[in-house]
Amino acid sequence: MQLQPKATTNAPTKNRSLSLRTREKIAGYIFISPWLIGFLFLTFIPLIFSLYTSFTNYDITSEMNWVGFKNYITMFTIDPLFWKALYNTTFFVVLSVPLNTIGALSLAVLLNQKVTGMRIFRTVFYLPHVLSGVAVYLLWMEILNPQTGLVNVALSWFGIHGPAWFFDPHWAKPGVILMQLWGVGGGMLLYLGSLQSVPESLYEAAELDGAGPWQRFWNITLPMITPIMFFEIVTGIIGGFQVFQQGYVMSTASGGSPGSGSPVNSLLFYNLEMWNQAFVNFKVGYANAMAWLLFAIVMVLTWLNFKLSKRWVHYEGGDQ
Amino acid sequence: MAVNKVPGRYYVGRKMRSRIYKTIIFVVLIVLSVTILAPAWWMVATSFKSMKEIMTTSNTFWPKHFHWHNYVAAWEAAPFTRYTLNTAFITLFVVLGTVISNSFVAYGFAKIKFPGRDWLFSILLGTMMIPGFVTMIPTYVIFTKIHWVGTYLPLIVPSFFSGAFFTFMLRQFYRQIPNELLEAAKIDGAGHLYIWWKIMLPLVRPALATVAIFTFNGAWNDFLGPLLYVSNESQYTLQIGLTTFQGQVATQWNYLMAASVVALLPVVLLFFLFQRYFIEGSNIMGGIKG
Repeated sequence: MQLQPKATTNAPTKNRSLSLRTREKIAGYIFISPWLIGFLFLTFIPLIFSLYTSFTNYDITSEMNWVGFKNYITMFTIDPLFWKALYNTTFFVVLSVPLNTIGALSLAVLLNQKVTGMRIFRTVFYLPHVLSGVAVYLLWMEILNPQTGLVNVALSWFGIHGPAWFFDPHWAKPGVILMQLWGVGGGMLLYLGSLQSVPESLYEAAELDGAGPWQRFWNITLPMITPIMFFEIVTGIIGGFQVFQQGYVMSTASGGSPGSGSPVNSLLFYNLEMWNQAFVNFKVGYANAMAWLLFAIVMVLTWLNFKLSKRWVHYEGGDQ
Repeated sequence: MAVNKVPGRYYVGRKMRSRIYKTIIFVVLIVLSVTILAPAWWMVATSFKSMKEIMTTSNTFWPKHFHWHNYVAAWEAAPFTRYTLNTAFITLFVVLGTVISNSFVAYGFAKIKFPGRDWLFSILLGTMMIPGFVTMIPTYVIFTKIHWVGTYLPLIVPSFFSGAFFTFMLRQFYRQIPNELLEAAKIDGAGHLYIWWKIMLPLVRPALATVAIFTFNGAWNDFLGPLLYVSNESQYTLQIGLTTFQGQVATQWNYLMAASVVALLPVVLLFFLFQRYFIEGSNIMGGIKG
């Protein structure tokens, strides 16, 4: 703005400012070029390729032929493992997402109280979230060992005969969900951050109106943290439908081979079945059809979540 | 406050109630902490036990004898030193690539005006919604065609092209830095590269540390990447090594746990050293995501 009088009187300055602006643009594109290149080669082209091959019989080695909707039809009408995998994954999502939400939120509320040693408690509850990878899966195989594992030993103190966990097709998935729940500290921290951002004045006003702790929680705390809850549920569902490693590694708990979904396909999650189709059976076209169906399912659920959110998610600054 | 007008007895009662309440919460937290830490302790305890002790049903939280030798035996039963070096090598480059590329790209999105910027940024955000598996198979095919499968390149190179999540996060940090600082540097004749490297990066150092730490954890624990692209046993990472080790010593839970403890050690050390960044880092992301 200040340059304007100068620019109108002095032609060379105007030219120079133009070239500066061009240089600015070029700099901008240079700075984002790593992402642009990565997006093109690691996302965009693979995405198009994946969609195209889902309509072919592509198997990496032999010639690729267009087969129309055949892969999709086979999936729905012929392949029993597809339905099994879809069921297992849905089961996992339906149970683990609410349990994670309740667990993380309750922990966050507890950790938001003014009690001595809170820093240590927060560290303790967050630690399992940091511990991940194969070592943790191995640990849980040991923890959920039917005879000598920690959980069943602890249950026996109360006279309860614990289940066979990964040796029983009905208890294998709950075992994975329990293992998942151990790392609930990640979500806990998000809720804690959001709990601490609730203005103190709201509580004071409610207290003056005679609202008890429960009323304050239901009418102030809960509505104020619904945006984070919404975010956690959306990402939880998206992530839940991509469960893979847990199934791949835990298949070995009862002596099955990695990725077999043992016992009796009870751990054959959708992504695991996709993996097997692509990298064991080399039916890449079919696996990509499965991938796109999953993409569609996740997109519909996310859309539905956003639609429903209008009824329960509360934004302080009005609707966004 | 209204409370002060209430007779003393009521006030004391209130204080008492609050003390009882706090004690209850404290006890609940202690019990929960023990429950949450028990599996981790179980792992350490098992790693010191003899196989005989593990197989007996009367399992204990404290090993009868500490078999330190389990660690040596486990480490020698498979080439774990090799696996650790491989993992460290990959992790180092992935962390380097992620921090450099994400901070570079985020600067472009945050501080430079160019046509189509906002449009491109919404595409970047949109990519967060794509399930990994949709692009995984084609990416594998691409890496096969350029003969990268069997090398570490597919694990390392993509991290140099920045991703949606950390770019988004760092952009938020850059935007908090006043533009006057940038303008002043420009008047002094500094280019964007200089401003980014010399002025911006030192200012967002805590955010960079957060990115580095989270990336370290992700890369150290990565399982799917090496499972997909590594074929030669001498190239195995710790994660892959542990799964194959499990097959070899299926009943030797003490060895398995010993190897697992060692594999987790760097992550635990990092957590306690940089605890502040972990706790704050998650909050930062929460703030942005919400």
